[in-house]
Amino acid sequence: MTKLDAKIPDGPLAEKWTKYKANAKLVNPANRKKLDIILVGTGLAGAAAASTLGEMGYNVKAFCFQDSGRRAHSVAAQGGINATKNYKNDGDSVYRLFYDMIKGGDYRAREANVYRAAEVSSATIDQLTAQGVPFAREYGGTLDNRSFGGVQVSRTFYAKGQTGQQCLLGAYSGMSRQVTKGTVTMYERRDMLDIVVIDGKARGIIARNLVTGEIERHSGHAVILATGGYGTVYYLSTLAVNSNASAAWAAYKKGAFFANPSFIQIHPTSVPVLNDYQAKLTLMSESLRNDGRIWVPKKKADKRHANDIPEEERDYYLERRYPAFGNLVPRDVASRAAKERCDAGYGVGETGLAVNLDFKDAIAKQGKQAIENKYGNLFEMYEKITGINPYEEPMRIYPAGHYTMGGLWVDYDLQTTVPGLFAIGEANFSDHGANRLGASSLMQCAGDGYFIIPYTISNYLADEIKVDRFSTDLPEFDEAEKAVTDKLQKLLNVNGTESVTSFHKRLGKILWDYSGMSRNEEGLKKGLKLVDELKKEFWSNVRVPDTNEELNQELERAGRVADFFEVAKIIIHDGLKRTESCGAHFREESQTEGGEAMRKDKDFSYVAAWEFMGEEKDPKLHKEPLNYQYVEVKERSYK
Amino acid sequence: MKLKLKIWRQKNAKAKGKFVDYILDDVSPEMSFLEMLDALNEKLITGGDEPVAFEHDCREGICGCCSLYINGRPHGPAEKTTTCELHMRSFKDGDTIVVEPFRAKAFPIIKDLIVDRYAFDKIIQSGGFINVNAGAAQDANTILISKEDADEAMDSATCIGCGACVAACKNASAMLFVSAKVSQFALLEQGKVEAKERVQAMVAKMDELGFGNCTNTYACEAECPKGISVANIARMNREFLTAKLT
Amino acid sequence: MAIAGLFLVVFLMVHLGINLFLLPIAENHKEMFAEAAHFMGTNWIVKVFELVLMAAFLIHIILGIVLHIQNKMARGYTYKVASKSTTSFMSKYIIWTGLVILAFLALHFYQFYFIKLGIVEAPLAANVPHPQEEHFYELAVYLFSNSMLYSILYIISFVVLGIHLNHAFQSAFQSLGLNHKKYTPAIKAVGKVYSVVVPLGYIIIPLYFILTA
Repeated sequence: MTKLDAKIPDGPLAEKWTKYKANAKLVNPANRKKLDIILVGTGLAGAAAASTLGEMGYNVKAFCFQDSGRRAHSVAAQGGINATKNYKNDGDSVYRLFYDMIKGGDYRAREANVYRAAEVSSATIDQLTAQGVPFAREYGGTLDNRSFGGVQVSRTFYAKGQTGQQCLLGAYSGMSRQVTKGTVTMYERRDMLDIVVIDGKARGIIARNLVTGEIERHSGHAVILATGGYGTVYYLSTLAVNSNASAAWAAYKKGAFFANPSFIQIHPTSVPVLNDYQAKLTLMSESLRNDGRIWVPKKKADKRHANDIPEEERDYYLERRYPAFGNLVPRDVASRAAKERCDAGYGVGETGLAVNLDFKDAIAKQGKQAIENKYGNLFEMYEKITGINPYEEPMRIYPAGHYTMGGLWVDYDLQTTVPGLFAIGEANFSDHGANRLGASSLMQCAGDGYFIIPYTISNYLADEIKVDRFSTDLPEFDEAEKAVTDKLQKLLNVNGTESVTSFHKRLGKILWDYSGMSRNEEGLKKGLKLVDELKKEFWSNVRVPDTNEELNQELERAGRVADFFEVAKIIIHDGLKRTESCGAHFREESQTEGGEAMRKDKDFSYVAAWEFMGEEKDPKLHKEPLNYQYVEVKERSYK
Repeated sequence: MKLKLKIWRQKNAKAKGKFVDYILDDVSPEMSFLEMLDALNEKLITGGDEPVAFEHDCREGICGCCSLYINGRPHGPAEKTTTCELHMRSFKDGDTIVVEPFRAKAFPIIKDLIVDRYAFDKIIQSGGFINVNAGAAQDANTILISKEDADEAMDSATCIGCGACVAACKNASAMLFVSAKVSQFALLEQGKVEAKERVQAMVAKMDELGFGNCTNTYACEAECPKGISVANIARMNREFLTAKLT
Repeated sequence: MAIAGLFLVVFLMVHLGINLFLLPIAENHKEMFAEAAHFMGTNWIVKVFELVLMAAFLIHIILGIVLHIQNKMARGYTYKVASKSTTSFMSKYIIWTGLVILAFLALHFYQFYFIKLGIVEAPLAANVPHPQEEHFYELAVYLFSNSMLYSILYIISFVVLGIHLNHAFQSAFQSLGLNHKKYTPAIKAVGKVYSVVVPLGYIIIPLYFILTA
């Protein structure tokens, strides 16, 4: 059995990263241009990495499936990015952020990685600001902060409700600068379909040119995946509809372990499902919970208009259940509480699957203008989708699949179990445990890309300087390309009657019902069976129009959905194995009398890393034990 | 609702395109415009036809992928709305909807309704950045920026790079896009250092790529889904003239 | 384009100032008109400015046409549905209003400026005494009083000029980057007033002659 070695440096927590940097091997500037780095995904993590590695002088080949690096789904992060600047002088520190993340992640994240993420957060803000990201400012000209769910300090930097967009555009501009300098070559409209492993090391990729349909081979001394999460496995999620798991999945099949797949964050404040046609759910930033109050009627199935329900007949259930954090409890807690109320029959709206998010009090207290300044664009967005004006009546919200804490298993170097294959940003599992706190995703992505991967990949590449550029004619490339073309041909050959999207919808429904916000053994087993059946049906009845020689969006989708069936299965496997409740993973069998999640630290304080054992075979579980030396593992309480 | 769609179909960049008519019977006013196209594609796929290719991703108005010219307006009839945020309640039963790709010489068609907007990336690569290396930045608060300037820079920075300005402009000019980026950096202290070089490089690249000139019709501002103001264009003109003259 | 345009804007006012002496605004308005015409025809500063003016016209016209051709090429395709974007038609059709004004300008040159330069003679029927450039009053009266068609063409041309200016005035400021939150609304307002008042000033003259004929 492979032993998982996280390669955490010795020494006190606060000194680990400093020590690592001091001892890491370096690559001479003259040698860097001889080394090729393949980077897949140009969201915040990828673009940050591309610009930094390019600046260092490496030869970076950056791939994305979009038409431009500016479009990755990092753009959709709304609320903000955390950093331990302590500009507000309210008691913040690196340790405090580290502690909040460990606690917020329900004690399922690796201490050393989380501490490092908190440690580099401050430099990230400096970097983004210097790149021209227009973060919100105070009247005196200094940067402004706001507070976010699950914490008691204000450490979130923001650019209106478009923080992710601004951060990404900042990183994208840095990457564009390197394109001009010739250190980064952009390959847009490419889908990475396989990783090429030579002598046990990642040495290249197979990509499909989405415009011409051509299958391309690219070689490199190392490969970085910055391909985001797999939340679209639910079909309806807050992710971009083209976000997918295929790159990570190809890596998994080539030997990279997949960690904690069942840890999927269900975001509490999304616009609810309105009809069957809906292709995605739109997130309403968590920052709204700073001023909005969440409630349902005290009476079951109360069909009165929200504005007609008097104050005393409203149940502000988060404030009632969690007086210390109120509406600002972490996402998993807020989501489950909403589900609990709706399942009990108190939900609002036509479907009964929604709760109210009310700004009446905030508007009365601060004035409409103040609220508009803070959330104007979100309110507009809400009105566009629903036709309801949230200044006048409460928003209706409901939880939706959002962020995947799980991902490719990586060590302290952010390297997967395949040497030379690295994973950064949401694509890896490392920093958020079983639940992610708001505004920490942008933080992690930017930190990984700007400040961590440049050190750790150099440490790896220092031993590769004598390795010449690889020819893409090697048999390993032939083999990988053949596997890819065979799979595409197989999809085209099915020639059934049902569309890819229809299958995806059905898969999402199964997963939401049996492995969604709340899970139990029976349901998970049933889900697994249903997914298997649907997968078989897919491979015998999917219809993909054959235009392989050119742009074929259905073929792109088909490949992604084919992988999602397998991702869904590993999610369920992981959920079945973990019979405790922790963070976003709620097993009904493991709860307190008050209905709160109950962890079982003795049995489950580990990272579940799954190894691919072959098609149609169950994956194999490897455990990386989590030893907490710097925080006391407690019951997570927000009461 | 029953709708008649006239959609531009073009097999690839080289093929000759044409409009094809489709009838959709059961369109709900709750659907978004793209969900309506999804429904059409579902019908086409299950009927053995090739679906209509169109670009889309986030479907919440922020990625800038969607790019349709609907009944004579980029992103359709609703103000400050991207195609993905446009809902069918903006149309009436029995309407005919003509869907065309964004048109500009600098945006060649790839297939059906998908155009290549790589020209925008090239413009950014020509100077739409601040020259700063990772790790070289000073503490963010050592650069003071008045709230007014920061807010204005933010307004310019909200551009999603969709290209509606180019599609709407009778001259297919990219001035609004370029000026929004120039303005954002020109307003911030960090960006002022190299403002002169930046504006000249970006304008030169824009001209080289075959975009038209600005004749101040302000169609761009009227169609920009993010409400980017033409004041940015004036600022860029000012920056450009002073850069050239000094 | 913008600088030349703004220069023409100033010129239009000067020209109007002189033209208004065609109207009986003072007892000796004919003499005043002749004196102004004489001054404009002989003063050396004016002569210099005349060259600048010609350059401004040429630059404005040539650039306008070149830009139009470039802009047509930049689109490369006509949309099936014509643009329904909210823009003023004054801005959309600026090239066409410009061409109408150019046609008028050609006529105007033929009827006045070339006479002034001595290239052509005024029509005999006008009975313009020599030196002709100092007796344009008679020529103008002749043209306005004897040809309804000419007066109508003249009036239409200035309506079109008004449309042209309505967009062009603030557009010139925008192109020069002279945009400011506080002042731009004022510039736009001045532009609107200018584009109505100045062409109206010109139009009053033929109207007067038509009505008094």
